Amino acid sequence: MEAAEALVSWPSEGITRVPFQVFSDQEVYDREQQRIFRGPVWQFLCIEQDIPEPGDVVTTWMGETPVIVARDHDGQVNAMVNRCAHKGALVALKAKDKVKNLTCVYHAWSYRLDGQLRSIAFQNGVNGKGGMPEDFDVDAHRLQPVRVQVFCGLVFGTLSDETPPLDEFLGPRMSAFIQRNFGRPLKVLGRHSQIIHNNWKLYAENVRDSYHATLLHTFYTTFKVNRLDMDGGIILSDRKWHHISYSKRATFNLDKEYLTAEVHSAKYGAKHGESALEGPELLDAWEEFDDGITHSIQTVFPNVVFQFTLNSLAIRFFVPQGVDKTELKWIFLGYERDTPEQSKMRIMQSNLTGAAGLVALEDGCINEFVQRGTVGSGRRAAFIEMGGRVAESNESSRATEASVRGFWHGYRDIMGF
Amino acid sequence: MQTTICTSSSPAVREEVQAAIGRLMADYAHALDDDDLESWPDFFTDDGSYRLTTRENVAAGLPVGIIHCEGRGMLRDRVAALRTANIFEPHCYTHVLGPSRIAAVGDGSWRVRSNFSVYRTFETGESRLYGVGKYLDIVHAQGDGPRLRERVVVLDSRCVDVLTVIPL
Repeated sequence: MEAAEALVSWPSEGITRVPFQVFSDQEVYDREQQRIFRGPVWQFLCIEQDIPEPGDVVTTWMGETPVIVARDHDGQVNAMVNRCAHKGALVALKAKDKVKNLTCVYHAWSYRLDGQLRSIAFQNGVNGKGGMPEDFDVDAHRLQPVRVQVFCGLVFGTLSDETPPLDEFLGPRMSAFIQRNFGRPLKVLGRHSQIIHNNWKLYAENVRDSYHATLLHTFYTTFKVNRLDMDGGIILSDRKWHHISYSKRATFNLDKEYLTAEVHSAKYGAKHGESALEGPELLDAWEEFDDGITHSIQTVFPNVVFQFTLNSLAIRFFVPQGVDKTELKWIFLGYERDTPEQSKMRIMQSNLTGAAGLVALEDGCINEFVQRGTVGSGRRAAFIEMGGRVAESNESSRATEASVRGFWHGYRDIMGF
Repeated sequence: MQTTICTSSSPAVREEVQAAIGRLMADYAHALDDDDLESWPDFFTDDGSYRLTTRENVAAGLPVGIIHCEGRGMLRDRVAALRTANIFEPHCYTHVLGPSRIAAVGDGSWRVRSNFSVYRTFETGESRLYGVGKYLDIVHAQGDGPRLRERVVVLDSRCVDVLTVIPL
């Protein structure tokens, strides 16, 4: 693989500039697959509720690598590359399945649920003819293992031996916030996905970008779900890879910037004062936590997001499928302990995000607009100086691109750019 | 909420009922295709519900799909949001409908299942198949004609291309 400097010449300004090349260059993409998606990071695989019982299996991806996650007959969660040790065919074909063993359909090589080969068809030939060589050893073959760690019902995996333990990778503040949101039995409410026609990093930037959220997503500001004139802040992890952005709805104070700035979000929300919804039950909500936080977005590098908008808890997980194509998967969640009324509110609030989300549908196309705007201009660069030139936590303002710079700090580090 | 894709056929549905339900199906599709979105809520009863979801969610019995509206007010809010708040690249739909299977369920209501495909065209000139699936409806007779008491739009795919803003 080409040396990092020869591949990308990063502008001397550093993390306040991002060369557009990184969004459409196939060699950069290939290097990301190696250094990030097969590298020393933990990636979200599934939730434990996807595989509650022994024999439950789901398939997913770590970057472009197909992966199986299975609960074995001892109740242990295992993950392995979904690629037969014989010819490399996919072993598991369904998104979700219940099986005794994992058997490749091509030549019936059969694996235990921890990935160990247990038998192959015709090992000793047929009628005493053919078959594997004498020294063939079933125990010497298995599906390539993926290291797994489970935290608060979230199953993470890594393909690298060098990845530090998950709690070290996340750091204490990120772990504590995951504990806040996922630290009790979860209940799946529904799921779907979107194909977005942009490089995966544009979505990774987009979810860290608290500057755009209330400008592009007019519904947020109009109905006062999330605005920059509410108390809120940005927390970056030690290595700046992960972040939390939060706001407190009760502290809304209608700052004049929303009335005077030339932003489309101000044009009818601020004037009307109160929400003009005909179906106001859309925003029925209750205070779930005593910290006052009513909206939060947490990212874990490289490609998972935990959303808590009012009471709408969701996991967003985005998988690169090429330089300009990404599948964005949504899992909407509640808790086992939810009352029917609470479940109803979460179901109603699911309208806020997802592919048709009233506050978030714009993210399905905005990153594609950047992709299309930058594709022919690899030597030019984005300008990212809102809120200064550093990537530091800021618990007094979200009018900043600090966590976007944090992403690029971490990205340059792991890519060697 | 309907939790199964299956509807059984019933031979006893009168021809004029079939014709009226057929007109409702066609008028609904044409209204969306003609950008007459303000009339969309009027195809529903006052308490009518609309869900856009996937085959996967229906099979798993999961309540959350892509859109979930209860009552005409929420339908009108959707239209207001896409007209005044949401940002997206302009596009239009063409619905292609299959014949409906209609079964009477009493109290002046019918259970109706129809296949659809929807093609989407952007201003860049590209027309592509956007979604394919089935409408699972409960149609209720009112004085001024049949209305949707419930429409569950079940997409075959779990996956939406780009976004959904115009209802299907």
